[in-house]
Amino acid sequence: MNKDLSFHCLQNQMRQGDLSAQSVLQGCLDRIQAHNSSLNALIHLDAKDAMQQAVQIDQAIQRGDNLENKPLLGIPVAIKDNIAQLDQPMTCASKMLRQFISPYDATVTRALREAGAVLVGRANLDEFAMGSSTETSFHGVSRNPWDKDRIPGGSSGGSAAAVSAAFCLGALGSDTGGSIRQPASYCGCVGLKPSYGRVSRFGLTAFASSLDQIGPLTLKVEDAARMLGVIAGHDPKDSTSVKAPSEDYVSGLGQDIKGMKIGLPSEYFVEGLDPEVRRAIDVAIKTLENLGALICPISLPHTEFAIATYYVICTAEASANLARFDGIRYGHREEGKDPLELYNRTRGSGFGEEVKRRILLGTYVLSSGYYDAYYLRAQKVRTLIRQDFERAFEKVDLMLTPTVPSTAFELGEKASDPLQMYLTDIFTISANLVGNCGISIPCGFSENPRLPIGLQLMGRPFEEQKLLQVAYAYEQATQWKMEPPL
Amino acid sequence: MDYEAVIGLETHVQLKTLSKMWCGCANQYGAEPNTQVCPVCLGMPGVLPVPNEQALRLTALTGYLLHCELPRHVQFDRKNYFYPDVAKNYQLTQLAYPSTVNGHVDFEMQGESKRVRITRAHLEEDVGKSFHFDRQSGVDFNRGGVPLLEIVSEPDITSADMAHAYLNALKDILVYGKISDCDMEKGMVRCDVNVSVRPKGSQTLGAKVEIKNMNSFSGVRRALQYEIPRQLEAISRGESIVQETRRWDDVANMTESMRTKEDAHDYRYFPCPDLVPFEPSDNWFETVREGLVELPMDRKKRFMEQYQLPENDAEVFISDVPLGDYFEKVASHGGNPKALANWVINNLRAQLVEPEVSLDSLRFEPAALVELVELVDTGKISSKIAQSVFTDMFTSGKAPAAIVAEKGLVQVSDTGAIEQFCDQAIEANPGPAEDYRQGKDAALNFLKGQVMKLSRGKANPALVGKVLDQKLRP
Repeated sequence: MNKDLSFHCLQNQMRQGDLSAQSVLQGCLDRIQAHNSSLNALIHLDAKDAMQQAVQIDQAIQRGDNLENKPLLGIPVAIKDNIAQLDQPMTCASKMLRQFISPYDATVTRALREAGAVLVGRANLDEFAMGSSTETSFHGVSRNPWDKDRIPGGSSGGSAAAVSAAFCLGALGSDTGGSIRQPASYCGCVGLKPSYGRVSRFGLTAFASSLDQIGPLTLKVEDAARMLGVIAGHDPKDSTSVKAPSEDYVSGLGQDIKGMKIGLPSEYFVEGLDPEVRRAIDVAIKTLENLGALICPISLPHTEFAIATYYVICTAEASANLARFDGIRYGHREEGKDPLELYNRTRGSGFGEEVKRRILLGTYVLSSGYYDAYYLRAQKVRTLIRQDFERAFEKVDLMLTPTVPSTAFELGEKASDPLQMYLTDIFTISANLVGNCGISIPCGFSENPRLPIGLQLMGRPFEEQKLLQVAYAYEQATQWKMEPPL
Repeated sequence: MDYEAVIGLETHVQLKTLSKMWCGCANQYGAEPNTQVCPVCLGMPGVLPVPNEQALRLTALTGYLLHCELPRHVQFDRKNYFYPDVAKNYQLTQLAYPSTVNGHVDFEMQGESKRVRITRAHLEEDVGKSFHFDRQSGVDFNRGGVPLLEIVSEPDITSADMAHAYLNALKDILVYGKISDCDMEKGMVRCDVNVSVRPKGSQTLGAKVEIKNMNSFSGVRRALQYEIPRQLEAISRGESIVQETRRWDDVANMTESMRTKEDAHDYRYFPCPDLVPFEPSDNWFETVREGLVELPMDRKKRFMEQYQLPENDAEVFISDVPLGDYFEKVASHGGNPKALANWVINNLRAQLVEPEVSLDSLRFEPAALVELVELVDTGKISSKIAQSVFTDMFTSGKAPAAIVAEKGLVQVSDTGAIEQFCDQAIEANPGPAEDYRQGKDAALNFLKGQVMKLSRGKANPALVGKVLDQKLRP
């Protein structure tokens, strides 16, 4: 493995002719060849197409083309298999779409191409991004590169495992309740959930439209900042993407964080938090204090309602979003004597258990007679949670919490207990309900077994710059060696 | 006991936009199936809707034309139901926050003015069109995602004829406002009817029956002509009416039960999270108002008052809007409006049937018609001569006075000259002259015709009659 796999370092070498995009890609392909069969991080690999992209980049470098505006030049990137990539499969890890080939590029996919990235393959996920372990994937579970008996987290588990194992140097994930940050934490990489509206959702197979957001997973904070710069910005194809001017997320990195106010929500440091995680977070807090940050306690009083609120809203939206998978126009179909029978058979056999559970729940909470008690009530509580955050953000610039209450769990450990599974998202879900940005960065290891621990920072909506600035300062101060024992 | 019908209509109208409601596909009728489709209107995974602003404008304009209130907060909801022609298996519609509410349509029926209140006119999307073949079915999604306006009336309609008149009035308004072409044959207008009966004077409503599947306004009328007596007969037999949805069978000319209230859909409406609420500015509403047009009823009334035109003439000008506009242009130059209307309706319109002739390509100025009418009114030329002058100005574009001068067509009103012509006519036709002397009035017309012939049409006919009369019956 290359010593320094940061975009910055690799690209310097490429631009100077010391390294080719093809050899960077070949390094990734070699690691994929060696370990993907055991990790199952990538569920589709088009090596020929990827190499073709790399060849074109090398030719452009040799021709001396102007490559100034190519912040991802030659960087191999994997895309979560629920984000559209022209002429490539988009299965969403579901039997329902097991043969679906996307007829178009997502806005983010196009942005990656234009930025010079090499699209290397499709990353595994929980079926339709519903899960926290990739165990609901139709393609089978992905494994954690730090311990193959453990899950990589989810739903962007394939993306996190692929980045951690350096199958690619960056990956796109989607985060609806922690699906980028939680697997990043479990796999020891950086996972950024941008503010809602920062990144276009056009081309992301919707799970819960008001919560979904695409974001990068990388090994380093600077690389995440660079990827965000590429995918962020208003998209006329997504009415919910904001018209905020595009920002430079990279140049602010390295700025002093003296005087930055960081709040610790008291509701996040309670019983149930793994003592090793607690210890690692405490050390991280000290580190940030040493860097000049001002740490203060804050309160988010409605935290205990976040999970319930989340599961009402996300399932309601999902029940409508997944209605289009009916066997009529594309995807899996089982014939029936009339449309109803065709629907029942197709959806009955095409969706997995967790997806069906959520569709049923979502259908229930929107039903006439229950709407007010569930969906409407949940929206009201969502407002209360948002107000909690607004009040807290009046006092502090950022919040600091563990990303997950514990380290990666074993395969099958929580698969039969949905509630236990849902609780792994307890610290990440609020950011989706509120719409603010959040990042998980490595902050050490548990001892036995040795597994990565993640630290979550949350920023005000559209203050990714500040979020990345603090994450970067912490990363520079700690320099955790995040190389999994493959 | 006397009963009355209570009828409300839900009218779906395709909006006249270039592209569909949520994507850039063409909104055009008649293309090969599934050629005007894209990932968005096919409901592919990952796609998002982007609202068509022109559709929102046309909806707001409809609101103005139907005298509605236009709320400042508009939102789309998802209406969830599974059907093969619904690509997403939900339809986007404005349930909770529609674009327009609380309006009315005024119209005339058998000489009486009627008003039907409008509950709301809201924007939604059309669905695909199903086709059933021998062994399988197919869906054409060209129509899927076309902007569709649903205009919901209050139950103010009391008869099949009134429903028919309301629909025609509504159609006139929508066509006038360039909101929809309302072409029934192309399925641009579709209608659902809600009808119940109750004892006359009662304030409570009877059980409501919804009738679907009428594909013409006359179909609506016939469906009601069947359904109202059906309900009345059921009541007279002592049965009660059940709330249900019935389907109109246009061939059998009857309605039949489709589903009862028990198996009514639960559409599980909720706000669409892919769209942000639409909260237009004052300025936006101002620009919509620029599209406002005069409604047919108002136009007719104004033509009758402002120009003192008879009802028939006014009706010609509301059914043929460009001709009416042209008339107004002519009348703006002064002159006698009734005479001008006659010229526009009788002479000009006759010429417009030729394919190469249009109001835009006329060679003469509108003012020339005023001039022509003045030449007649002041006795300079006869109405008959005026016809040939009109033909000439139509082909040459010359001014009427110039044509009259050039061709020497000025009417002869000089009594001396006319007396000469009369003497010649009497001499040449002693029989008719004697008849008139003997009291046969009809003979005068023959002699007048002879004089006109001698004068080559230029003699003032009124004067000719007077002179002949004096000479024969002194």
